[in-house]
Amino acid sequence: MIRFLIKGLLRDRSRSLFPTLTVVVGTALTVVMYSWIRGTEADIIRANANFNTGHVRVMTRAYTAEVDRTPNDLALLGADELLDELEQRFPDFDWVSRIRFGGLLDIPNATGETRAQAPVTGLAVQLLGEGSIEREVLNLDNALVQGGLPAAPGEIVVSDELATRLELELGETATLISSTMYGSMATTNFTVVGTVEFGVAALDRGAILADLEDVRFALDMNDAAGEILGFLAGGIYDEERTARAADEFNAWIGDGGDEFSPVMGNLRAQSGLATTLDLAGAVSFALITIFVVVMSIVLWNAGLIGALRRYGEMGLRLALGEPKGHIYRTLILESVTIGLIGSVIGTSIGIACAWYLQEKGINIEPFLKNASMMIFNVMRARVTTTSLFIGFVPGLLATILGTSISGLGIYRRQTSQLTKELEA
Amino acid sequence: MKHRWWLVVLLGWAIAASGKAPDGDAILAAVDRNIGSDSKVSTAHMVIEGRRGSRTVAFRSWIRGMDESSTEYLEPPRERGVKMLKLGDQLWAYYPSTDRTIKISGHMLRQSVMGSDLSYEDLMEDPLLSGLYDPVIEGEEVVLERPCWVLHLTAKRDDLAYDSRTMWVDKERFVILREHRFAKSGKLLKTTDVTEVAEIDGRWLGKTIEFKDALRSVGGTTFIVDTIDFDEEIPEYVFTKAILRK
Repeated sequence: MIRFLIKGLLRDRSRSLFPTLTVVVGTALTVVMYSWIRGTEADIIRANANFNTGHVRVMTRAYTAEVDRTPNDLALLGADELLDELEQRFPDFDWVSRIRFGGLLDIPNATGETRAQAPVTGLAVQLLGEGSIEREVLNLDNALVQGGLPAAPGEIVVSDELATRLELELGETATLISSTMYGSMATTNFTVVGTVEFGVAALDRGAILADLEDVRFALDMNDAAGEILGFLAGGIYDEERTARAADEFNAWIGDGGDEFSPVMGNLRAQSGLATTLDLAGAVSFALITIFVVVMSIVLWNAGLIGALRRYGEMGLRLALGEPKGHIYRTLILESVTIGLIGSVIGTSIGIACAWYLQEKGINIEPFLKNASMMIFNVMRARVTTTSLFIGFVPGLLATILGTSISGLGIYRRQTSQLTKELEA
Repeated sequence: MKHRWWLVVLLGWAIAASGKAPDGDAILAAVDRNIGSDSKVSTAHMVIEGRRGSRTVAFRSWIRGMDESSTEYLEPPRERGVKMLKLGDQLWAYYPSTDRTIKISGHMLRQSVMGSDLSYEDLMEDPLLSGLYDPVIEGEEVVLERPCWVLHLTAKRDDLAYDSRTMWVDKERFVILREHRFAKSGKLLKTTDVTEVAEIDGRWLGKTIEFKDALRSVGGTTFIVDTIDFDEEIPEYVFTKAILRK
């Protein structure tokens, strides 16, 4: 029976080509769009986690309230002890201390006068010593453009764009002009040993990366840290686990009315990411819903047109005594076949396109010139298991739905009128 | 110049003897005369209140005229040896730890000095206000149990750190006992309150002054003059860039 129907569909392209093409295009678009949204969402999470919030972040309550201005005067004190405590209490996470700072990078000439100067965004992480995961988290080995990473105290790497702008040579001395955590102006000499490009416009404009202990000394932040970040093993963000960890930590610490007591928040709760992530979820849902509805309407319409064209055929089949239910079921079977073929082809095309976008990505750097959001310059799709059926199932369902509605017309045909209709 | 303060006394006497209210210009001129001297050498310290406690910064200053000053920080140990030099409208800071002299300009002028409620812009300001502001007497009030004129000053130029100021000037001593400084929008930016005055070499000055950056929710800086010597001989090299690395 199915072979008979397939033969019919192949031989009469007018009843199979348009619906199949509709399903192919719709399915492919859904797969690509879904994979793109998932990829973008994953990239935003990864960029924010690695460079900004971690999967969870511990800060003082006061620092949290003013986090946008990086208030190091409100930093965590006794950070090393707190870090040890976190490692013991939450062994699922890798914990790191960081200090974020701003300032000017001043390049002296031979006489010590300013040769070049630029505002910088600084990040202090543990680069020296054993056991740090920062090289991996920040993808430093791949980000390195020139020179090497700091291997001794007093060494820094700067963004390649900044080095070019300041005409900075490797090995040159650069003076960081910043503020101590007590508000005094502080100057510290560093040796520039390398340049990096993170692929994040907000950082690549003017970032410097220094060892945590160097910056603690420079900013008079002994045993202090602006923030302590926790990363789940494997680097995959898990909403539930991080929220649970944050709740547990905050319940353990309590409030105590102290604005300097530490508080933990997960990635979603910080940097306005909740809105972004919710939006990505909503867009995915809306996309699939719209796809199913629109495709159903299109296929319903296609079914109606087909029914008009096959009016005579249906009438003849009814006149020959074929039950209405059987005709209806064969139409459904035809649509299942079209849906299957269209969905398979569409999913294949969609996966291929999404795979290409995953590997090559699209460079959106020109749109990020003044962006402060942590977002990679190259946006990529992400092909997941869901990509395999996110277009396939709706593609199949829409076809069946469309045919189910248009096929109901068969039950409205009056057998008594058939001879007249066929004569006409 | 050594007896400039007598002019203040005489002016005060003249204002009082005339039996009628002086105009704002005369009061501001008297305030300026009280501040002015050929040179002065002082030691002072600032107690800076932060959200996490207080810290003290001590320094010695050499001032010549209105345009030249040199400051060396004495405490805390981390800041010891940091020097600042103001020559005219230029300001440099020297940091011995990096052996770098940094010119403070542009937006850096708005930064806090050593974490206090004073900005570099405050340091750069010409202390003689009569050339910069148009004064109007707003009324009379008592501050620190002293009768004061309340003056409202409006900037004559656009490039001043404060567009307007309200100050409470001791009617007899011509010391500013309280001051509110405002932005062009009318927003209060800074307040100063003198809590102790002292008569030194026949002139009255605020010995303990509380500065408050109104844009900061907490804190405040108490500026305390420990010693001050007027009209001292100051070697020429103190007001050259060479002093910074000396």
